[in-house]
Amino acid sequence: MRDRRLLIYWLGFAVVLALLTAAPLVLPEFWRRFLTEILIWGLLAMSSDLLIGYTGMVSFGHSAFFGLGMYGAAAALLTTRPPSLWLALFYGLAAAAAVAAFVAYFSTRLRDIYFAITTLIFSQIFYVIIFTSTNLTGGENGLNFRRPALAIPGLFSIPLTPAALHWFVLAVVAGSYLILRRITQSPFGMVLQSIRENEARTRAIGYPVERYKIVAVMLSGLFAGLAGVLYAIQNQFAAPDFVFFLVSGETVIYNVIGGIGTLVGPLVGAGFFLVLREGFSRFFTEFYLIPLGVIFIAIVIFLPQGLLGFARRWLNR
Amino acid sequence: MDLIDQILIQTINGIVTGMILALVASGLTLIFGIMDVVNFAHGELFMLGAYVGVLTLSATGSFWLAFVAASLVIALLGAAIYLVTLRPLLGRDPLTTILATFGVSLVLQNYALWQFGPAARKIQEPITGHFSLFYLDYPYYRLVIAALAGAIMGGLWLFLKYGTYGIWIRATTQDRVMAQAMGIPVPWVLAGVFAIGSAMAAASGVLYGPTVGVNYAMGIDWVLKAFIVVVVGGMGNLGGSVLAAIFISLLEAYASLWVSPSQAVIVSFVALILTLLFRPTGLFVATPK
Repeated sequence: MRDRRLLIYWLGFAVVLALLTAAPLVLPEFWRRFLTEILIWGLLAMSSDLLIGYTGMVSFGHSAFFGLGMYGAAAALLTTRPPSLWLALFYGLAAAAAVAAFVAYFSTRLRDIYFAITTLIFSQIFYVIIFTSTNLTGGENGLNFRRPALAIPGLFSIPLTPAALHWFVLAVVAGSYLILRRITQSPFGMVLQSIRENEARTRAIGYPVERYKIVAVMLSGLFAGLAGVLYAIQNQFAAPDFVFFLVSGETVIYNVIGGIGTLVGPLVGAGFFLVLREGFSRFFTEFYLIPLGVIFIAIVIFLPQGLLGFARRWLNR
Repeated sequence: MDLIDQILIQTINGIVTGMILALVASGLTLIFGIMDVVNFAHGELFMLGAYVGVLTLSATGSFWLAFVAASLVIALLGAAIYLVTLRPLLGRDPLTTILATFGVSLVLQNYALWQFGPAARKIQEPITGHFSLFYLDYPYYRLVIAALAGAIMGGLWLFLKYGTYGIWIRATTQDRVMAQAMGIPVPWVLAGVFAIGSAMAAASGVLYGPTVGVNYAMGIDWVLKAFIVVVVGGMGNLGGSVLAAIFISLLEAYASLWVSPSQAVIVSFVALILTLLFRPTGLFVATPK
């Protein structure tokens, strides 16, 4: 019974992966780009699901990790010749990890709403710092750079065409999903879920809850930073707007729409939100957030489990 | 133009902004303390209040009429928002109220952008006199704002302390079920509290409108600052919020003597983080042992 369910799960995973791999071959340019973007936002949402869905901590500060990933990648791509993809990844992840360690150390002392507000404030601090250090970050204008090639020196070098970029992003996102899934099913992930269910009891059993929370925030921040690096490479710029807390808010929206605690849900939520946004922006021009906001409120009230909430148990098997 | 003069001027500036901030934050803390709702849309109510003020002012020409109209209209809007989005969430995790009000704030902010456009509007100040303060011509109006904000908060305090409905509100805070058992119409009290909080946001929006332009994004800064104040002052603690608002505004005013105002915000962020670390229940509340 269990084996059969697992088989169905992996079959489903393989089908979705195959469809996403084939997509750039059939989709027109605009939608190919759009799909890549959904995957990147989905990764950001997934990273925050580790906190919201599995540890029970709602972070309103993921834009900080995402933005620092972007600026880290920008630093690598602007300072080294020729620009190296791997160095961009390394710098971006290092920047996000440093910020995540800092935020985690302070914010995990607090719970619930206070945690949400503290992470929000932290992301605003980084926003203000980035926005005002014009010499280093370009201030409001942000930074522009060229897209690096996918290369291993001495072996091969492929230019990142839109299709190649899509496959690269897909590989990173699928890999991250599998790692995150493994994390949530590991003993470490079980402790996180027990913190979500009953923090006092987890502490009483003898787990150092604070340390687990710090590691959870750092892991989550690392994957958010990864999403930031991918976004920077795709769009070839870094801008302070992406550190602003509205990005964090949208990340939480993706989670809630898709269904928290499922990992796949946030990705689906990101896709749902972005497709709706695309559709609405054709009818309502720039006021697409009005109908989207209404839909979001309706989901919070009437569908608190999200779109994939019904499959939550099955997806975590 | 020596340092002492500058410090004195910044002290007055800090207190004036602090009083407005206190008015915004006390609405927020009232709503949180009584309903357990973290109102992300508070800044948008502030902004819409200012816009209702702009519209009434251009229609009637009276600032004070605009002030009253904005408070009443936004109070009704607040009650409507409560009934539609927050009533169904009663009894669920307070975090869901952050999500719902975040959605409300997106809708309201984009509604304002749609209706009024991105350009800032101006509210003419009702009192145009100046007096000289060291090397500056300081507008009387700023002192009037501080006094009015103080009067509104004093009125709220008296109302909560002695008014019948105020006593209902305090009873609901203490024990919702028992209040209901005593015949207090708790759902209406909650709707009323949300309306009062919204009206206070709107009132501060109209009062503060003349000193800056009114624009659709003005709420964001204020809601963030009000959050900081509410946490520093202690969630749900009215007196603490007022003190914290003045404290934070003074800190920012002094900091802006040395760094640009946009960087001075960091000082208040740091104040918040230190408060959360060392006195998580708020600066002006005894930390329970």
